Amino acid sequence: MNDLARSPNQETFVLNLGPQHPATHGVLRVKLTMDGEYIVDAEPVLGYVHRMHEKMGENRTWVQFMPNTARLDYLGALSYNHGYVKVVEQAMGLEVPERAEYLRVITVELNRIASHLLWFGAFVLDLGGFTPLLYAFDDREHILDLLESVTGSRLTFCYYRFGGLCNDVDDDFLTGTRAFIKRLRKRLPDYHNLVTKNIILINRLKDVGVLSAEMCRKYGATGPVLRGSGVDYDVRKNEPYSVYPELDFEVPVYSEGDSMARYMVRMDEIDQCLRIVEQALDKLPEGPVMAEKVPKILKPAAGDYYGAVEAARGTFGIRIVSDGTNIPYRMKLRSPTFSNLSLYGEASRGLLLPDALALMGSLDLVIPEIDR
Amino acid sequence: MTLTEPWRVLAFLVGIIAFVALNAAYLVWLERKVAGHIQGRIGPKEVGPFGLLQPLADGIKLMSKQLLVPKGVDPLLFKVAPLLVLVPAVMSFVTIPFGENLVARNIDIGLLMIFAFASVNVMGLLLGGWGSNNKYAVISAARAVSQNVAYEIPMLITVVTMIMLTSTMNLNEMVIQQGGGILNWHFFANPLMPFAFLIFFVCALAETNRAPFDLGEAESELIAGFHTEYSGMGFGVFFMGEYANIIIGCSLAVILFLGGWQSPFEFLSDQGLWGVFWFLAKVYFLIFCVMWIRWTYPRTTLWGLLNLSWKILIPISLLILLLTGAMIKVWPLITGAS
Amino acid sequence: MSGYFKELFGGTKSLFVGLGITFKYMIKPVVTVQYPHETLVMPPRFRGHIELVGDEETGAPKCVVCGMCQKACPTNCITLTGEKPEGGKKKVLTGYILNFTTCSLCGLCVESCKFDAITFSRDYNLAGPRKDAYIFDLKKRLEEKSG
Repeated sequence: MNDLARSPNQETFVLNLGPQHPATHGVLRVKLTMDGEYIVDAEPVLGYVHRMHEKMGENRTWVQFMPNTARLDYLGALSYNHGYVKVVEQAMGLEVPERAEYLRVITVELNRIASHLLWFGAFVLDLGGFTPLLYAFDDREHILDLLESVTGSRLTFCYYRFGGLCNDVDDDFLTGTRAFIKRLRKRLPDYHNLVTKNIILINRLKDVGVLSAEMCRKYGATGPVLRGSGVDYDVRKNEPYSVYPELDFEVPVYSEGDSMARYMVRMDEIDQCLRIVEQALDKLPEGPVMAEKVPKILKPAAGDYYGAVEAARGTFGIRIVSDGTNIPYRMKLRSPTFSNLSLYGEASRGLLLPDALALMGSLDLVIPEIDR
Repeated sequence: MTLTEPWRVLAFLVGIIAFVALNAAYLVWLERKVAGHIQGRIGPKEVGPFGLLQPLADGIKLMSKQLLVPKGVDPLLFKVAPLLVLVPAVMSFVTIPFGENLVARNIDIGLLMIFAFASVNVMGLLLGGWGSNNKYAVISAARAVSQNVAYEIPMLITVVTMIMLTSTMNLNEMVIQQGGGILNWHFFANPLMPFAFLIFFVCALAETNRAPFDLGEAESELIAGFHTEYSGMGFGVFFMGEYANIIIGCSLAVILFLGGWQSPFEFLSDQGLWGVFWFLAKVYFLIFCVMWIRWTYPRTTLWGLLNLSWKILIPISLLILLLTGAMIKVWPLITGAS
Repeated sequence: MSGYFKELFGGTKSLFVGLGITFKYMIKPVVTVQYPHETLVMPPRFRGHIELVGDEETGAPKCVVCGMCQKACPTNCITLTGEKPEGGKKKVLTGYILNFTTCSLCGLCVESCKFDAITFSRDYNLAGPRKDAYIFDLKKRLEEKSG
């Protein structure tokens, strides 16, 4: 932090970054107190797309809330569907067939790749490079085509049901997924040569926006933001769910804590996701995709339940309280980017405007998920 | 064919303005096509064959739009700023030799004049940003000025090297010295020249506010920088100025290093219109490179540009200046020539 | 000092490698679909807005007006009415209105239907100037389609 930014006598001005600004990727507003191009203080202002999802949950049946979970984070919708069905299944004591679990993992990981690819493009766009965005979209389009062919939708998939999946996949999907893995593995080196190794990008990201593990813990940051600060925490490994324990994958951790570390965590995660999908395809068992005894009207026993999954942006936790009726009593959604964003005020202090925007990009914000 | 004085001025004005306007329009089209194909798209294709009428449609749209002057701006500065970007760029064309005899004014200090006019360009950006009453525009104006400090020094050192090498500031004379095939171009004058060319080219990118040095209009940080508040033709004139500056920058690079209107091989003619052809071919090739670079790299920051300038470009350009000077003086002594 | 040169050469090399990649992609064929001129066919499972399914022989809607879809809908965008014709046993559909402006395309209605009376349309070219263009009268649409 430079001395000017610290001096209280210096004349400062307030810059409204958003709600309409190209770098916030949505309707986030950040009130920046600036000293020249240095940021003295940053205050995120939320709520521009608040849709009361939690309140909506208290007025709908358990099944009817399902589409809402896909609308929190529209880029990684399946993780959120997964979190919700998982916690309700836990409450109902439902057994999910193994094939359904494997297919859940395959589709969730494909969705995670799609989300990371979009982030990759949008992040480089924040840094001023336009072309990688279009390349990443090209690859992401293949994933969306695959997922659309099984789920019927390109963003708000709504594919999982309590006790399984709404329908089985066909052979086209399986061969298509294998072809896609091959294709992306061929294209990833191009991305690394074009972007990761680019000296301009390295100079912009190295040692910029350093988040300590301490700060991440303080604000409850999770996901790639936390792993970029050297903390090895991934719900898939630490509190295993679904069939993740049977699959062999690594959790990329970088200890630098700068924007480059968060970038590398996500790029390495794409590799790991490909590994997971490949193994899950190999191990995919035959069988039904829906549990047999699922009641028509769900009425989980009264109680308090919590479940968490690793979404593309961090830990998505969902706490449900049931009073034994077919309508939830309370629905609490813990969205990862809300916590990830809350450290922005402290972390961006003393940075230059372009570096602060690089930091914001590296947090991978999805605004509707923050506001809920 | 010689024209009398007032006619000559008129011919120059009409010719240059038509050239700049046409180029600005069609370079936008070209840029969109290049960007499109780099990104696996087609680019404009709906208006006319291959989208060739797109610039016309864009131009009509821009001209028919109201020129908004927002509340609180300085109306005079706000309106003058776009002209301050365009007019110096047009003036710089005065000394550019398009062919052996096709130059509006063959001035002995042509090179100096171009740099004098080029420095006015920054004034336009500064005033436009300052007068806009917009915080993003003010930040952008401040950036444009500090950026200017960063790239002008290495650029001028390189140009001084070239003046030492050619011992003239007359652009046409410089081109004539490079006659007789590709190996006589200054690009190959000595082993250091390719590096000098690279430095000049990088500085020209910064001078024209092109990516990766488009700090002034960094759209993901400052919306559109100094022209955030401009609408209609106010924006259009800024845009024309930007493209005119690109043409000037690339023309200078061609004249200084790549033999101007000289043909690359002796058996190919460079008389009359052939000279114009060779000149434009080289200029457009460099412009293509400028676009190619823009759609490949992310943007640097101001610190990045300053680091590049002070740690890399200035030391190396000084070294080139020194070595070239030594070569000019020492080489004849060693070889025993007069 | 050696670090300086290493970074200088490595950095310059990385820039040229980047240019090479964009050039490689520039000479590759384009990947976009020229939308209004070419359109893609949606996969069979595509979830568009819903349509009534007609009986194969009579063309009359298969719907028995049980109202399950109405109940399943999270956003109450389905309104259906039916009446018992004189002498008939079953209810007959008289109106099926889908308010597509609030539909979230979740597909719960189709899943809840036990009579396969509604299905997803594969139409995605939906654009219109007015809101009321999206209050679909599905019964009328079915009649127009079959007759």
